Amino acid sequence: MQIRVTVNGTAHDSDVEPRTLLVHYVREVLGLTGTNIGCDTSSCGACSLHLNGEAVKSCTVLAVQADGCEVTTIEGLAQNGEMHPMQKAFMENHALQCGYCTPGMVMAATSLLNENPNPTEEDVRLGLEGNLCRCTGYHNIVQAVLAAAGGR
Amino acid sequence: MIPAAFDYVRAGSAEEAISLIGEYGEDAKFIAGGHSLLPLMKLRLAQPTVLVDIGRISDLSYIRDAGDHIAIGAMTRHMDVETSPVLAEHAPLLAHAASHVGDPQVRHRGTIGGSIAHSDSASDLPATTLAMGATYVAQGPGGTREIAAADFFQGFLQTALAPDELLTEIRVPKMGGAGWSFQKFNRRAQDWAIVGVAAWRRNGESGVGLVNMGSTPILATSVSAALSSGASIAEAAELAAAEADPQNDLNASPEYRVHLAKVLVRRALEQASA
Repeated sequence: MQIRVTVNGTAHDSDVEPRTLLVHYVREVLGLTGTNIGCDTSSCGACSLHLNGEAVKSCTVLAVQADGCEVTTIEGLAQNGEMHPMQKAFMENHALQCGYCTPGMVMAATSLLNENPNPTEEDVRLGLEGNLCRCTGYHNIVQAVLAAAGGR
Repeated sequence: MIPAAFDYVRAGSAEEAISLIGEYGEDAKFIAGGHSLLPLMKLRLAQPTVLVDIGRISDLSYIRDAGDHIAIGAMTRHMDVETSPVLAEHAPLLAHAASHVGDPQVRHRGTIGGSIAHSDSASDLPATTLAMGATYVAQGPGGTREIAAADFFQGFLQTALAPDELLTEIRVPKMGGAGWSFQKFNRRAQDWAIVGVAAWRRNGESGVGLVNMGSTPILATSVSAALSSGASIAEAAELAAAEADPQNDLNASPEYRVHLAKVLVRRALEQASA
């Protein structure tokens, strides 16, 4: 099926099988491998990206469902070579260890701040309930999100 | 994991969706947000030959004050239920329960209609709307009909919907200041409830719905009957599992689920009565 998806500001016309998952579309068709596949069962959040500005788990969205939509992946956050404030906050707060959950964490966290610009620590912990860090580095991740919120 | 191959068509209206599902027959399925169906398809537990996408039918996404009840379009997402000022005022139990569905990413995609039509007894909103005495509106080739929530859930993942009927609206009575509580017991934040309880109470009336205590969501009518006859909360909570038939799984034995139901119903009623 023919779809048009705008990814990180660029429109892509693609012919995909209806069963193609959005995460496979961005990784394998568009080559944007920053979005990771973790559990593949909509539990871990590693594949989180923004669909029309909101975080979703791209392992549980069909590419055809994103037809006509705007997608932002981790590659689309930096502007003009300048890291997004959330990416900077993750770096400055040492909010990653192995880094596998990080793209999904950053996408979920930016979506969270779009909806709640001034979250409490509990808001951040609840807001990231859909993202698992197997290094259990949650403390610094929460600090990074709070720092990013405070810096806006 | 990748689903088995299927054809995909997108419906622009409820009428078109019903016409398409009639055209493609029983192996076709409606897909809304897809957060119940796609996981099953990826595991190949469901292999529809055609998906009729109803997720773009914006006419079915709304929350309206309709006098004695709130009318919610079936394509309203959990996030919109959770954050609705209308529901916060008139049906806070439902808004709160919606905030416990999955996680924010899931709530950005999943819909109230999809959750109820899928009718997983472990889901939060079927039992919650059942406790509230909701009415569901189904549209088919011959028009629309209303189905009481108490008549809707007929077995494991089975509902009163005909194969060519589409759930279009959920009507929840206004709570009129009733006390309420939603209790969800699970091991991790985003998990399904091992047992959940949605309850409300106002004067002599009450409603108690149980999550994951049988093959369907359960209405704990014995609890409400006991309360109406003057039983204490502790006495009524002992009857929590009278209508239930809980299953055994990795998380809990039936006996443990019955214990949990009694504890959670007691807590819910105490909170709803405070």
